[in-house]
Amino acid sequence: MDCVVTGGNVKVLAKAIHSLSRIGDELYVEPQEDGLPLRSVNSSRSAYACFLFAPLFFSRYTITSEEAFRCKIAIKSVQAVFRSLASLEKTVEKCHIELDRKKNRITFTLYCKHGLLKTHNLSFQDSESLQAVFDKDSYANVFRAQPRLLVDTVVHFPPSLEEVTVAVSDDRMWFRNHVDDEAELSKAMLTELCLASDEFDHFAVRAHSSVTFCLKELRGLLVFAESTGLPISMYFDEPGSPVVLSVTDSVLEGNFVLATLSDDPNHRKNNTRRAHTPPPPPPDDFMNDDIDSYLIAMDTSMAPGPSATGPPTPPLAEPTYSKQPVAASHRTRIHSEEEEEEEEDEPADSDGPPNKKFCSLFFGSVLPPSSQMSTQPVKSQVVLASDSEDDTQAE
Amino acid sequence: MKFRGKIVDVACLNHFTRVVTTISKLTKTCVLRLTPDNLFFVLSGKVANGGVGMWCELSQANFFDEYQMEGVSPEDNEILLEVTPENLSRALKTVQNAKAVKVKLTKKHCPCLTIAAELPTLSSVSRVVTHDVPVDIVPRRLWHEFKEPIMPDFDVSVYLPPLKTMKSVVDRMKNLSNFLVIEANLNGQMNLKIETDLVSVTTHFKDLGNPPWGDDAASPSRESEAMAEARVDVRRLQQFLVGQQVNPSRAMCNIVHQGVVHLILLHEDVSLQYFIPAVA
Repeated sequence: MDCVVTGGNVKVLAKAIHSLSRIGDELYVEPQEDGLPLRSVNSSRSAYACFLFAPLFFSRYTITSEEAFRCKIAIKSVQAVFRSLASLEKTVEKCHIELDRKKNRITFTLYCKHGLLKTHNLSFQDSESLQAVFDKDSYANVFRAQPRLLVDTVVHFPPSLEEVTVAVSDDRMWFRNHVDDEAELSKAMLTELCLASDEFDHFAVRAHSSVTFCLKELRGLLVFAESTGLPISMYFDEPGSPVVLSVTDSVLEGNFVLATLSDDPNHRKNNTRRAHTPPPPPPDDFMNDDIDSYLIAMDTSMAPGPSATGPPTPPLAEPTYSKQPVAASHRTRIHSEEEEEEEEDEPADSDGPPNKKFCSLFFGSVLPPSSQMSTQPVKSQVVLASDSEDDTQAE
Repeated sequence: MKFRGKIVDVACLNHFTRVVTTISKLTKTCVLRLTPDNLFFVLSGKVANGGVGMWCELSQANFFDEYQMEGVSPEDNEILLEVTPENLSRALKTVQNAKAVKVKLTKKHCPCLTIAAELPTLSSVSRVVTHDVPVDIVPRRLWHEFKEPIMPDFDVSVYLPPLKTMKSVVDRMKNLSNFLVIEANLNGQMNLKIETDLVSVTTHFKDLGNPPWGDDAASPSRESEAMAEARVDVRRLQQFLVGQQVNPSRAMCNIVHQGVVHLILLHEDVSLQYFIPAVA
């Protein structure tokens, strides 16, 4: 592989890499004829991102017609090449990326002003292909908005917030912070923001649903979209199936695929406040906000505490939610191109304690056909993209 | 028991947010006391806080365009809530550009102060963001702990030097010792002293002036040069100085010799009192 990025595109490439670094620690590179994809995935396989750069993005793009090449590089090393974005814009005229198969490294050469050349040799490791399989056309709910809208929404949530729940109705979208366990609910601050459909460039809802995913991983995409001014498209379905966010223009396409909490019918029953689509808010008048009944109940008790007149809290006998280690509790769905496997859903009336699980993404292993294609869903991570070389990697 | 307030003016919202942010820097939790005319943020000087006490008084009319409340009963027309001011501060900071901000006492999964803001948008429908901050209702039998503190019988009262200057001095002293002595006299002089085995450092402030409390205050027979002093935990003093975001119109310090340091900050529509007990 041998390609050259010039002018403003160097900064775009750098921003994409910084964006990917918010997802995982390694950058997967797999140059192809139709473009250069750069991918990253997090350790629990619940977040995946891919930026695909078309050949036209580069001022020169040549790949050898040998067998397909893939590798992964420590993302911090690549970030170090493109460290200071502000100075990149001012000083770097072009960036030459070259693959050296013999020495197992990729060379990044920055051609800067005044004839200065900065050369970085980054070693890579061979890797399996990493590719999430998803079909944007199959999603029930599709939205597109200017990045400013989402950035302004996300600002209301604390930077440390892990999970956010997005719910939609025909003409509204709600963002709420998601609070994990019932115990925290009484102490946590709850934030909710409502957006109207006409704030979006495109708002198509076919299923009223709500999904919960990790907000932190999304922020990387928001930063990228805001700086490039590209509108963000959002696709989601029912809880459990991943949410996809993407930005596109003529020479690049960025896709962020985030796993969502799988919905549990038992859980939903108890959590009335966090129903799929919130009821219209009660009329906002003074008389409605009366907590005298609470006060009466409280005054008669020895110490202040939640009263019996509050909304029904789940009785202690109800199973509590254990956050299982994500790795162990994946619900894997593997779609290969050859076969469609039916996934076994958990029976809705299961007697066991309801488990909250993050649905993992689907990963097609794009290797030559092997027995891996027919692996049962139960074998959690076996089929997923390369983890066999997860031991310490030389930088 | 009901409470509902609405802030429409941007400057008022900004000012209110800054007051709440200052409080959040002074203490993790405190009691918010609502009366028909005022709001108070109170920290009662219990041993658990290291005896530090705080009393912040705001006149509601200066901040709220609409303010309605109904207390616990007609005779006790007040509401006392235990809150975490940092949550309030965080919620308020994100809605500075709102068209209107409502603060209400509500009952969600538990009693909450709900901050609901209407944000400006280009579309026909306003964007509404709500923050539910959980609070604990303080029962009437505990109200006596949150009364207005009595002015201590101080020995000396003096105006404070510029808070920024004081802060930079105290910041450096904090690195040298855990305890600091504040002393002042009726001649407008104040010293901040630390003393360790290796070093002692004193910063002198002169010509500060003494507030005219009147004849019934500090004994008139007191020598103007005599210093009243109190030894305090330097971190408490630093905490007080760190939170101050606006220059007050008046800043005073009353010292009860080896008793307590009483700091008073007066702004146009907010007054803040902070009590730091002296340690041996």
